[in-house]
Amino acid sequence: MNSDLLAILVPVLPLVGAIILAAMRRKLSATIAGSLATALIASSFVASIVLFLGFDASTGGRTVQILDWINVGGMNIPLALRIDALSLTMMLIVTGIGSLIHLYSIGYMHDDERAPTFFAQLNLFSFAMLMLVMGSNFLITFIGWEGVGLCSYLLIGFWYTKPDYNYAARKAFVMNRIGDVGMVLGMVLLFQRFGTLEYASIMDMATGGMDDPLMIAATLFLFIGATGKSAQLPLFTWLPDAMAGPTPVSALIHAATMVTAGIFLIVRSSVLFELAPFTKDIILWTGTATALIAASVGLFQNDIKKVLAYSTVSQLGYMFVALGMGAYSAAMFHVTTHAFFKALLFLGAGSVIHALGGEQDIRKMGGLKGSIKITFITFFVGTIAISGLPLMSGFFSKDLIMAYGFQRSPVLFGLLLFGALLTTFYMFRLLFLVFYGTYRGKAHPHESPLTMTVPLMILAVLSVIGGLLDLPHLFGGHEPMKHFLETAAEAIRYENLELSASTEWVLMGLTTVLVFATIAFAFGRFAKRTTLEGAEADMPFFKRLIAQRWRLDELYAALFERPYGWLSTHLFSTVERRLMVPVMNGVGEAALAMGAVVRKLQTGNTSFHLLAMLFGMIIFLLITLLSN
Amino acid sequence: MDQGIITAIRIVPLEHYIVLSFLLFSIGVAGVVFRRNTIIILMCLELMFNSVNLLLTAFSAYHSDPRAQVFVFFIMLVAAAEVTVGLAILVMMKRNVDSVDVNQLNRLKG
Repeated sequence: MNSDLLAILVPVLPLVGAIILAAMRRKLSATIAGSLATALIASSFVASIVLFLGFDASTGGRTVQILDWINVGGMNIPLALRIDALSLTMMLIVTGIGSLIHLYSIGYMHDDERAPTFFAQLNLFSFAMLMLVMGSNFLITFIGWEGVGLCSYLLIGFWYTKPDYNYAARKAFVMNRIGDVGMVLGMVLLFQRFGTLEYASIMDMATGGMDDPLMIAATLFLFIGATGKSAQLPLFTWLPDAMAGPTPVSALIHAATMVTAGIFLIVRSSVLFELAPFTKDIILWTGTATALIAASVGLFQNDIKKVLAYSTVSQLGYMFVALGMGAYSAAMFHVTTHAFFKALLFLGAGSVIHALGGEQDIRKMGGLKGSIKITFITFFVGTIAISGLPLMSGFFSKDLIMAYGFQRSPVLFGLLLFGALLTTFYMFRLLFLVFYGTYRGKAHPHESPLTMTVPLMILAVLSVIGGLLDLPHLFGGHEPMKHFLETAAEAIRYENLELSASTEWVLMGLTTVLVFATIAFAFGRFAKRTTLEGAEADMPFFKRLIAQRWRLDELYAALFERPYGWLSTHLFSTVERRLMVPVMNGVGEAALAMGAVVRKLQTGNTSFHLLAMLFGMIIFLLITLLSN
Repeated sequence: MDQGIITAIRIVPLEHYIVLSFLLFSIGVAGVVFRRNTIIILMCLELMFNSVNLLLTAFSAYHSDPRAQVFVFFIMLVAAAEVTVGLAILVMMKRNVDSVDVNQLNRLKG
């Protein structure tokens, strides 16, 4: 088949699914709707694989033009798709993980009466995400960017009858908007500078000097866009609340794909970021701070999905650290492995929640390893993968970022190592509290259906072997993913790792020993636990601060929400009540009063009206005659 | 137009036509404004139409321009249509208020 057509089919298939399902959502059963949605996204996946296999990396990539979209004056923005190493990698992740999660959703959503709507939105999301990663210019990416934001909003608020969930959806939307404004401003600056929004043209032209103020401003704005979508400080607070959505949504959108959009955007425009070292430093330290803060909050969460949410934020922080150091391929590698094991963990958590009839509080779980074996084993694999146990996928990707960190400065390495240990600790706390010890709840756990466990098993295998994608030289590999990504036209300036083999061995050994020590510590604390610590009020101050999520939500409420509310209230009571209302009513009353005077002329007497008409005509006639 | 008729029209001076039309039109206007009987009002309307028609014909003959006479036919046609509507209103009026006095129709007032 023509490969251009194939490239167009990849995003169009899920779009078709979304339209069909939305139109027939009242007629289809959950299973049929789910099967259709899954079949379409799986076809996209197959198309992506065919494209990938037929892709000649040495060409660097190509553009598939669909049509001239905007062509006004000096502005020429085609609707076109870019096929290169980067977009292919993201396409495979989005459609591959997406297919598994669609399949899983058939089992998870089978008794929800709005399941067809759910699948329509899930398909729409896949379309938007594919547009985001395949767009050949910033504007197409931005369409996808907004599309995924919309779908995220719809899916977080999927169970819209609960006010909390609606609030979470609105919060996610508003937080994302703040980032979107940044992205728009960045695009405007770039357009003003280069006169085009095509990635390929901008990257060709962007060869100017370092530290150009405009370039710094543009990259900073793009980075603000990325912090919104990828949940970094200061805009990350929406992501934990986004767990209100159904669990497959958390897995697909809020762990594996959408939140990596910010990382994708920065990798896509890496040439620009290379010209702005200042922005890169900001990215580096924002990522570090986010990784540590989110990981610390994860230590005290009692909602199984919230723990995973903070872990996601923290891992995204690691990816930004990699971006800040110019290790773009390391960031993409971590995006990929993270997509595997975080989707696995979320789906595993969904399976646990499903088994317990909707229970999400880990204080009411425990001892589940006997009753839901497949879920336990796969969740265990996910946990050791994210904790970075040797030879797991997380081990290679996280160690790579930490090695880059060591190359940058030992302090950074220390911070990243600390964050990794926090990750290990809270993940094993979660594992032990959910699956070990004795059962503390009242429901009757039952294993999930095959449609749910099969994706778990596939993802578990991927989480184990995912490291092979970019196996370092140290382990006899050739870093195939790095070399592949470097063929993308923008990727000419990727940073290289130049540590000696012995240093790397020492770093890995140190990390591994500490990780095992942390696991042992967590095992001692939580594996046999029958009760959990009491209320937050009993904790010492610092611990309470962390448990209350560093009070960031309260801080934002005090800084933005409440002043805004105060302003609105006062504008209402002063400007609105005292100025607008009297003026508006005055206009209406004046019209009425004048009407009351003039209406007396309308006597209803036909002769009188005819006479008046006659005089009127005579007057007009006289005016016409006299004015000449 | 037949040259004979033009000559016949031109026997009377143009001023006479103008004065006659003016008088007819004024009678029509006065009738419409001051009479209360709706039938009379309709007839006065016709009078105004025809005074205008007369004037048009006279000017047409004096200017040797037939276009005005074509226009007269249009006016006649429209007047015929207008009369059917007017008479229909008159019939409805008789049925509803049992009178042809326009001042009975005074309910539409502010």
